[in-house]
Amino acid sequence: MTYKMNTILKATKIVKTFTDPEPFQVLKGLDFSVDRGEFLSIVGKSGCGKSTLLYILSTMDTEYEGLLEMAGEKLTGLSQNKLSAFRNEHLGFVFQFHYLLPEFSALQNVMMPALKLGKYSKSEIEDRAMEKLRRVDIAEQALKPASKLSGGQQQRVAIARALINDPAIIMGDEPTGNLDKANTQRVIEIFKELTIENKQTIIAVTHDMDFADSGNRIIEMTDGLITGERILQA
Amino acid sequence: MNLKLAFQIAQTHLLAKKKQTIVAMLGVTFGISMYIVMISFMSGVNQFLFDIAIDGSPHVRLYNPVENKQASPAEIHYRGSDNLVMINGKRPKNEPPRIKNGLKIAKEIEKMPGVTGVMAQATSQVFFNNGTVQMPVTVVGTDADKEISMYRLDKKLESGSIKDLKTQEDAILIGSGLAEKMNLRAGQSFSLTTPEGGVFRLKTAGTFSTGVAAIDNSRAYAELKTVQKLLDKGPDYVTDIQVRMADKDDAIDFKKQLFTYYGYKTEDWQEANAGILAGESIRYVMTIVISATLLIVAGFGIYNIMNMNIINKMRDIAILKATGFQGKDIVAIFLIQALIIGFLGGLLGLGIGFVLSWLISMTPFPAGDFFKIDTIPVSFAAKYYIAGLGFGMLTTLIAGYMPSKKAAKVDPVEIIRG
Repeated sequence: MTYKMNTILKATKIVKTFTDPEPFQVLKGLDFSVDRGEFLSIVGKSGCGKSTLLYILSTMDTEYEGLLEMAGEKLTGLSQNKLSAFRNEHLGFVFQFHYLLPEFSALQNVMMPALKLGKYSKSEIEDRAMEKLRRVDIAEQALKPASKLSGGQQQRVAIARALINDPAIIMGDEPTGNLDKANTQRVIEIFKELTIENKQTIIAVTHDMDFADSGNRIIEMTDGLITGERILQA
Repeated sequence: MNLKLAFQIAQTHLLAKKKQTIVAMLGVTFGISMYIVMISFMSGVNQFLFDIAIDGSPHVRLYNPVENKQASPAEIHYRGSDNLVMINGKRPKNEPPRIKNGLKIAKEIEKMPGVTGVMAQATSQVFFNNGTVQMPVTVVGTDADKEISMYRLDKKLESGSIKDLKTQEDAILIGSGLAEKMNLRAGQSFSLTTPEGGVFRLKTAGTFSTGVAAIDNSRAYAELKTVQKLLDKGPDYVTDIQVRMADKDDAIDFKKQLFTYYGYKTEDWQEANAGILAGESIRYVMTIVISATLLIVAGFGIYNIMNMNIINKMRDIAILKATGFQGKDIVAIFLIQALIIGFLGGLLGLGIGFVLSWLISMTPFPAGDFFKIDTIPVSFAAKYYIAGLGFGMLTTLIAGYMPSKKAAKVDPVEIIRG
């Protein structure tokens, strides 16, 4: 197998079958790889399997056939605990519905994955979290409870949280799905900066063509197969 | 696993839902406080009965019961054969229930290790003559000094003086119930009839009250030599040897030892007070059953609330798992919540239980004639409070574990995809 030094994610013959209510093949053998620092969007109609693919890539869904490698590590077949630890250190998530812990402040939400990782002391983590919040331009709301923030603010806090452990890959499920135009533009800019300045990789499932067109590459899916690929120039 | 982080998350969850937390806590509080009240009351009663019964009786008693000990000639003849020998209406020999060399044996036992007091007694049934009515009484011929040192007889004295037993001839100390029926006060004389038919006049040195009416109505104490005189026996006539030990739990072994040494029947305090001790275990079982029921009910309350809590927190659980928290971290977060509820609810329960127990201990208690007691006896032993908190925590741990386990199994993909 040829393996470019630059490859951060490699998926081989990914097949996913839902058995309930009736056996149904959602993903019919996907092969693709993603380079370090790429801004990749996966697009397609509802039900084409793009979200299913993302959750397999996220390591949260382990019931699939095929092989998944990330950051040079084979992830297929690892235990849930090992996958949790991998996610904690190497992956960041941004979801459509923000998914912050409502009782905690913005700052605490951002700190949480780092406290779990335990690589730095609490005060260092706090400094780092503030830095990430500044980066997404929301530092002034750091001490507000997450439930008191607007949708755009929450999404930026979620991005800061995704960045806290300096992950190699940031995955997004409709990361701009709930945002107005101005906020969408901000998220796009932040993602672009991350890929260029930090060589971090973005993989996002989206309906938003503005968002998709801002990246390096678009993969189009239809009925569980990759049916198109477009390379964009930044 | 990062327990500090789990604790912080648990704390935030609890504080965010204060009302729910307090309701869950009150379930434990109720269970624990009732447990404390029950166990304090029951063990108070047990202790009270124990004190009355066991502190007033010997740890080991050596005596010579009236028994059909001797085999009949017919039994001896057919021993070992296939014949069945039945003898109806067998009678004992006319032997007084004395212990031979009793005073010497008492002296020997006194030197044995673990023994704190030994007393040789001569006991007899007599009749007090109350006009034409005869009242059955057990006269205990004893040593007044030892009755004081071994059984605190001086504390049970109601009137008169124990010293008079020693210093005055033919003096007798009688139970308070008996004194009332006989219309006797300290210093007054009366007559009694012995089993052999002799009639003696004795002088009341005083009255005592043990708190147990059955004893106060039928017992009298006199010096050993006085009883020996009543029974027309010599100064070595002894029917009972009573032993008190440093540790009453040694009594069972010591009893066997004495039996093999001297061959006389021995009895320990547990056999002698089997009735009271049986009552104790029944009360104990009742306490446990009722307390366990209360705690189980509280446990179900916590189980429900934790379940609700976890259903409300599905999204949080999903996001924690997505960002790298493991199943055991999730279990820790929710188990810690249950334990905090158990600990705080339990502490409050101990406080309320203590106040209620204290109020009960102040309540007047008319126990009738059988026991002399003013208020309900209540124990305040620390061990019950420690056990109460322990049970409370254990209940919440068990009740919290199942929902927590469920939380750990939440599939984040299902929640996040909606």
